[in-house]
Amino acid sequence: MSTATALSPNSKSLEGTILPPISWKGPITYTVIGLIAIFGFGLTVGGGDETNFVLSASSDAIKFGTLVVPSRALSVAIGVLILAIAAFAAYGAAKRIRYGAWLPSLVGVLGIISFLVWSGAGKAESLPIPLLLSQGIIFAVPLAFGAMAGLINERVGIINIAIEGQLLAGAFTGAVVATLTGNPYLALLFAPIAGALVGVLLAFFSIKYKVDQIVVGVVLNVLVIGITGYLFSTVLKNNKGTLNTPPGLSKIEIPILSDIPIIGSVLFNQNILVYLMFAAVILLQFLLFRSRWGLRLRSVGEHPKAADTVGIKVNRTRWINVMIGGAVAGLGGVAFTVMQGIGFGKEMTSGKGYIALAAMILGRWNPNGALAAALLFGFAEALRGTLSIVGTPVPTQFLAMLPYLATIFAVAGLVGKVRAPAAEGKPYEK
Amino acid sequence: MKLELRGVTKRFGKFTANDSIDLVIEPGQVHALLGENGAGKSTLMNVIYGLYDPDGGEILLDDAPVNFAGPGDAMAAGIGMVHQHFMLVPVFTVAENVILGFEPTGKSGIINLKEARKRVREISDRFGFNIDPDALVEDLPVGAQQRVEIIKALSRDAKILILDEPTAVLTPQETDELIGIMRQLRDSGTSIVFITHKLREVKAVADKITVIRRGKVVGSADPTATETELASAMVGRSVSLGVEKSPAVPAETRLAVENLTLLSDNGVPLLEGVSFDVASGEILAIAGVQGNGQTELTETILGSHPSAVGSIKLSGKELLGQSIRGVLDSGVGFVPEDRSKDGLIADFSIEENFILDQHDREPYAKGLSLDLAAIEDAANKYIEQFDVRTQSSKALGSQLSGGNQQKVVLARELSRPLQLFIASQPTRGLDVGSIEFIHKRIVAERDHGTAVIIVSTELDEVLALADRIAVMYEGKIIGIVPGNTSRDILGLMMAGLPYDEAQAEADKHTTILAAADEDSDNPIGGAL
Repeated sequence: MSTATALSPNSKSLEGTILPPISWKGPITYTVIGLIAIFGFGLTVGGGDETNFVLSASSDAIKFGTLVVPSRALSVAIGVLILAIAAFAAYGAAKRIRYGAWLPSLVGVLGIISFLVWSGAGKAESLPIPLLLSQGIIFAVPLAFGAMAGLINERVGIINIAIEGQLLAGAFTGAVVATLTGNPYLALLFAPIAGALVGVLLAFFSIKYKVDQIVVGVVLNVLVIGITGYLFSTVLKNNKGTLNTPPGLSKIEIPILSDIPIIGSVLFNQNILVYLMFAAVILLQFLLFRSRWGLRLRSVGEHPKAADTVGIKVNRTRWINVMIGGAVAGLGGVAFTVMQGIGFGKEMTSGKGYIALAAMILGRWNPNGALAAALLFGFAEALRGTLSIVGTPVPTQFLAMLPYLATIFAVAGLVGKVRAPAAEGKPYEK
Repeated sequence: MKLELRGVTKRFGKFTANDSIDLVIEPGQVHALLGENGAGKSTLMNVIYGLYDPDGGEILLDDAPVNFAGPGDAMAAGIGMVHQHFMLVPVFTVAENVILGFEPTGKSGIINLKEARKRVREISDRFGFNIDPDALVEDLPVGAQQRVEIIKALSRDAKILILDEPTAVLTPQETDELIGIMRQLRDSGTSIVFITHKLREVKAVADKITVIRRGKVVGSADPTATETELASAMVGRSVSLGVEKSPAVPAETRLAVENLTLLSDNGVPLLEGVSFDVASGEILAIAGVQGNGQTELTETILGSHPSAVGSIKLSGKELLGQSIRGVLDSGVGFVPEDRSKDGLIADFSIEENFILDQHDREPYAKGLSLDLAAIEDAANKYIEQFDVRTQSSKALGSQLSGGNQQKVVLARELSRPLQLFIASQPTRGLDVGSIEFIHKRIVAERDHGTAVIIVSTELDEVLALADRIAVMYEGKIIGIVPGNTSRDILGLMMAGLPYDEAQAEADKHTTILAAADEDSDNPIGGAL
């Protein structure tokens, strides 16, 4: 070994630059959607077919007539537009330019429009757009509250699978309290307490006894299903009139804003729980990233030891926020019963708590994102109902699967990099 | 502020980590706490900082006894600590990390970010730290993260600053800067407790030295004491600081790596055109700051990253594209950097850990069953050969100390006939006795004719073992230099300077540590 060779610089390392591989996922997906719009939704309908859309609700001040569009031409036009977007995305991919979430969102909306046009093609029935939208929001309410509960919990480091149980506890308590008092607004006070109590159990086992959080969550769900189911069969069923006939939350119309065409009645003529949902999302988004509470909560979920070394009580922070999360989910439970003025039914949440978790992940642990995901799932559910009224060529069961398929893709990380709080699911030990 | 400990004792179960320790930290002094890995220094500091409750003794601040329920109390009393593993939230900004737990808010609880940034800038400017308050901590190099930790402590008006092994992650130049900062802080009246096991740094910066061994204070020393004196006080017997090693007799090229490139999942290059070769009977040390591609390089040679491109030839045979099994069977021994996670299975016995890679073949297997007697015999043989301190070969991996765990890993990997031996961080966190032993075995393996690659972030270890040194920076090999290259040049290369520039730069400024090398009684760099 001579010094000369030993000192030779590593010249080969400097040839050319290394570029990341091109991701063609986006353009390929868009192309497929565009082709489906043209050949699946456009060219399969008769040339003379038309689709009718109702744009105004009966209560709207400004009314539009029914919108009639030529089915084939519109679907084909949308398909071509999507293909153009695919070409644009392909150009971007080749140049390694990253576009934001607006591109897939735009393609998604266009795809849905073309699907709706196809579904209603040649039918005498009109597609009621305002009804579709307002129902979508109603369906989104428990999902949005559940997702917020989930993200408060996970951001502080505790995985909350018990959202399902918390929603159910809230639905039950809300219904009984509203019936007993005759005041639906008291449900908004007591349902969160029920949800928080489930949270107390979650905190007790996962923080104090360091039991696996997913196991505790599943067990709590079964527990709440059992308790509410038992009370329903033994008490509520026989005393329906005195215990399980809650008055509904009435719609509150916001003057002027509710007169905006199409979206006015959808957004500004709703019950108080819907307004609370939007307010909670905005508030939580702000507090999580701008307040002392949010900063400490996130630090505990990301690096509890670091939080401990600056004097933040890790387990106390977790306790408090697990209860807050439970209360938020309990409030969401009101959407199943009191909000719609219907009585409690056995296992009536039917897995919405898990869908809320999916919305939380799809929304990347952000309140805004969670709301968007909850609305997406809500609209998909509303679409299923509406289409089964209008009559659609596709079995509605398949439509019902769509949001969950989207969730699986999202959770599998295909929508982009998703990063969970670093310390979630790990009990804190000094 | 004066800090005094009287008879502080801390036990974990039966193990006494701190045994009635008395210590006085005078105001405006740099007080070094010198001791081996595992001597109980960090435990003691965590007791002072309120993270652990002491089982006995008392802590006095300015002669008044204090009782801390948690770190919050310690901070309020004016004690700040920079932990060995930084206590920073990676996804937070610098400002958010600095204000955490101490937030400037109004009554509403909303954070005043302007005030937060101002706090960071004030301290950053005062000491010339050059830290952007809005940078995300995970994007900062370790040296900058450490300065964030110091800002964090100072922003809470720390009068006593505890630095726990602060130089472990730094290049010599960064260490120099840190020593400068420590002096500046001392002169402005802050007391500094400097925990370390590195003799040179202690001599360079300490006003007073206390030596801790096995949880007890064994004495104090003056910074003028020689390194040999300090080392024997620390270890409790006389130690030879360097590694006894004859000059290498490199034979034919054994391993030839060419243009090795590896991308991460999201397309960031982890290795970029890495080329080097290692001869039979030679130790090539790979130096660099943690996280510059060293881990990926060794794992790629082992076959853990099948997506890598380029060429890895062992005695002319291509390794790239082979399974890990195939690579091991070609005669590669591999010691991973995290012994407790990747090196052995904690819940397996020593015997089982010995045969992890040989369990399916003679002499340890007969057909489908294990030959337990043969395994036990072999295990006992290696326990003796490698001086593993254990009650029995049935003891679990998790029951061994770090040094003995590493000896088990080493015994397994060296028990086969090898062509190439790769060891990542072979002595990280080990006591001096184990370090000496492991270094001897590595040199013996080289003298046996094996090509050896050592990855180490510790320049002391690199200098002690290497026949040649390859310096890695951001996934590239910035240069390959002889084993006796000066610490300053290596440090600058670790920061990304090519050899020529590093040499020119190093001539202009000699760091404190390199200067210590020159007057040291042990010029090739001790293993401590």
